[in-house]
Amino acid sequence: MSILGSLSQLLEIVVALLLAPLLVGWVNQWRAWLQNKSAPGLLQPYRVLHKLFNKESVVAQHASPLFRAAPYIVFSAMLLASAIIPTLSTDLPLAPAADAIALVGLFALARVFISLAAMDVGTAFGTMGARREMLIGFLAEPALLMVLFSASLIPKSTSLATIVETLAHRELAIYPSLAFGGVAFTMISLAENARVPVDNPATHLELTMIHEALILEYSGRHLALLEWAASLKLFAYSCLGLALFLPWGIAEAHAPLELVLALPVLVLKLAVGGVLLALMETASAKMRIFRVPEFLGTAFLLAVIGVLVHILLGV
Amino acid sequence: MNALLEPARWLALDWVLVVAAAWLLIGTLGLFALTNLGWVAKVLFPAGGAVALLLAGVAGSAMFSAPETAVLPLGLPGLPFHFRLDPLAAFFLMVIGATSAGVSAFAAGYFRKGEGTPPGLLCLEYHIFLASMALVVLADDAYAFMVMWETMALSSFFLVIANHRIAEIRQAGYLYLLIAHIGAIGILLSFGVLQANTGDYTFANMRAQHLSPFWASAAFLLALLGFGAKSGIVPLHVWLPEAHPAAPSPVSALMSAVMLKTAVYGFLRVTFDLLPAQLWWWGVVLLALGLASAVFGIVFAAVQVDMKRLLAYSSIENIGLVFTGIGLAVLFAAYEMNPMAALALTAALYHVASHAFFKSLLFVGTGAVLHATGQRSLGKLGGLIRYMPWVAWLTLVGALASAGLPPLGGFVSEWLLLQSFLFTPGLPSSFLNMLIPVVAALIALVAALSGYTMVKFFGVIFLGQPRETNLVHAHRAGPWERAGMVWLALGCIALGLLPAQFIQLVDTVTRQLVAAGLGSTVRASGWLLVPVDIDRASYGPVVFLLGLAASFALAFALVRRLYHGRIRRAAPWDCGYPWQNARMQDTAEGFGQPIRQIFEPFFRMQRELPSPFDRAPVYRVVVGDHFWHWLYLPVAAAVERMSRWIGRLQQGRIAVYLLYSFVTLVAVLLVVTR
Repeated sequence: MSILGSLSQLLEIVVALLLAPLLVGWVNQWRAWLQNKSAPGLLQPYRVLHKLFNKESVVAQHASPLFRAAPYIVFSAMLLASAIIPTLSTDLPLAPAADAIALVGLFALARVFISLAAMDVGTAFGTMGARREMLIGFLAEPALLMVLFSASLIPKSTSLATIVETLAHRELAIYPSLAFGGVAFTMISLAENARVPVDNPATHLELTMIHEALILEYSGRHLALLEWAASLKLFAYSCLGLALFLPWGIAEAHAPLELVLALPVLVLKLAVGGVLLALMETASAKMRIFRVPEFLGTAFLLAVIGVLVHILLGV
Repeated sequence: MNALLEPARWLALDWVLVVAAAWLLIGTLGLFALTNLGWVAKVLFPAGGAVALLLAGVAGSAMFSAPETAVLPLGLPGLPFHFRLDPLAAFFLMVIGATSAGVSAFAAGYFRKGEGTPPGLLCLEYHIFLASMALVVLADDAYAFMVMWETMALSSFFLVIANHRIAEIRQAGYLYLLIAHIGAIGILLSFGVLQANTGDYTFANMRAQHLSPFWASAAFLLALLGFGAKSGIVPLHVWLPEAHPAAPSPVSALMSAVMLKTAVYGFLRVTFDLLPAQLWWWGVVLLALGLASAVFGIVFAAVQVDMKRLLAYSSIENIGLVFTGIGLAVLFAAYEMNPMAALALTAALYHVASHAFFKSLLFVGTGAVLHATGQRSLGKLGGLIRYMPWVAWLTLVGALASAGLPPLGGFVSEWLLLQSFLFTPGLPSSFLNMLIPVVAALIALVAALSGYTMVKFFGVIFLGQPRETNLVHAHRAGPWERAGMVWLALGCIALGLLPAQFIQLVDTVTRQLVAAGLGSTVRASGWLLVPVDIDRASYGPVVFLLGLAASFALAFALVRRLYHGRIRRAAPWDCGYPWQNARMQDTAEGFGQPIRQIFEPFFRMQRELPSPFDRAPVYRVVVGDHFWHWLYLPVAAAVERMSRWIGRLQQGRIAVYLLYSFVTLVAVLLVVTR
């Protein structure tokens, strides 16, 4: 474990914590503009977090300790996920602790805890949200795993750092398996982050919501942690997509200069990605909950085809 | 003199036999006080648990020593019992000992009076069951194996029908006995093929035979039939969701967690030890059957409304995953890719151990719930985390492990299994290489669905509001029950956090079976789990957990330091709806509804939907099994028809019987005189 490695690990965590709400603010701003609304400021998510942390938490009378622990667990899981994914550098001391499969497991852990917490109070919307979240989860999780497999077949490794290093060093050729994987990954990310074709982050219409239904009973600092965790999740998924499909600019070991350059490159990539996300959300309509299995089934099939293509063509 | 000085050098095998004898003794002691619950529960069951711990310790130490054999002059004259303790047997003995120690401790607080069979008799059956499982693993000839196998089947049959006053339980027991015996015939025939007309049924002789591919395949398929029936592989699974829930909870735990593993043991013994070589298509058959069982099991588990049936279906899923791992190992071994075979086999064995712990934990958890509330139906439970926190939190550990979430035991085995699939490209057949991603995708789907099922299981039982008013009086589990659950939960956690250490144990088994192991690579990398190479894949559960715990603690401390920790208790918000009640939560049916809709072709569903004008609307949905309808019922009907024809012979008149004798005599004379 080099000093530079520890430094880049620390930097990654701090950047993730700080940039994640900004990314959400950026997407919200663009979405408002695209929909001809006046947009909130870029820093609005920070203000919301600050306000929520200041408020007292109102907890249902019969809520169990699980309900109060879940926001911290979900937040920690998302933070750990952002620390594992090579966003700025591939030289991360924490990375050997979890490879691509463990990363999927980490997301699943967070999902299970947030769903259990939603069931804890025992309200109609909470359990409905938990059921829908787990429905999307069990469809999206294998698809995500297959996307990661199609990427990890290229260097024959599930270590995210190795994958990114290998992909960054190839010539600018398109891997057919990654093309399939990229489409599938986009669909999965939309579903996992409660974005428009699957869920609407701005909705408060009870019967259509998924993510909002899960956190309906939360307030104060617990809600703040969950909101922050949600933005960290969006950040982590974006960075994972960038690392797999556009890995150029991520620093490698023993390269302090690259590390300095990696941050502006990342911000640029995320800025463009955020605009694209806002565009996608504006251009499409939310689908019925029972269309979601078809949507995610398609993503799953595309990811499997990606893996098959890799095995058949050998590239 | 020397012989006198050194008589006490006991081998590990002797200790295992002593453990089995001690179990039999404990069981017999139960007979002397049939209805004395205090004696049976507070003395005999804990003693049985202590003996089980001894077994686990002895077996653990035997993992690294050379095989030991013994011949006991029991049984028929001229047919002594052969026993052999090698790493494969030692591994399974360790699983049996470590799991049953926790289950026995739980059972000490579980059994009550007035539940059918008296406690003393239950104690006898229970300990015979344990001893026979240990001896099955130890047997080294077909004769001893079959005797122990049948003892195991019979003792567990009597345990299943412990509550024999209920007709459904008797039916479940009958079905179990029937399929257990169909399986036993398969195993017997398989041994018959393996001894290759030499008349010598010791395993040593079978190892020495060189069967032609045809007869080897016959032995393999018969063993698959026999051991598959015992472990609940589709389509021989129908008894499992009937029999496992019918038994008292500690027995369900033993049957699901340990008895299914003896079938896995027997299958590994035949496939890798007794048969000289493996053929590639065996692996394909195993992969297909294993995956079919895994998908079938988890999809059915997700829609169950009875908590013990849910767990039983989930056992089918887990056994399916184990057989998938074995199938992959066979495939690799057939192409002589031994390091890969070792990886797949390690995954299967790891899953054997972790399933043993988490499934017994979950089953005894349902036992505690059952005793506290008297309810097995998920639709009548809820909110129990507030009334029985110990049981709830310990069950949560088991549920998370079962859902395959890091950093617990279930995740490690799934991780290893997926790793072995990822390294597969390189098989000499392109057809097989194409199969691999599909198989990996299905495993990923099964893992994700088990998360769904476990959220349903835990959430509906322990979270939310109590769905019945009397649940408020649910009492906490007693100290013995807690102790047993704590032990099993610790097992789940240890298997999750110390995979490298555990794989070094398994290494000796894979070296015995496929002549390769992960031990050396794993040992070199310390706390990280590195199956092949650090650049290829690594997983460090301890660092993983520390990372989670550190960010949890930091977030907690910082929020309190920078802001505050105030909290106010109020009524639930629920979008401001004031008339909500416990009935408005999702029921178990409701939670399973998406699965019923998405996987509709899997089920045979009967729906009763109320019309808007019904005075007393009834909503009912019954989920059935296609296999039962299309395979078992026709067979049962055919058997019944045949026996009716044969029944016509029985006329009840003496003249008719005399006629039969006369015709037979004439026929025999005709044959003889010709």
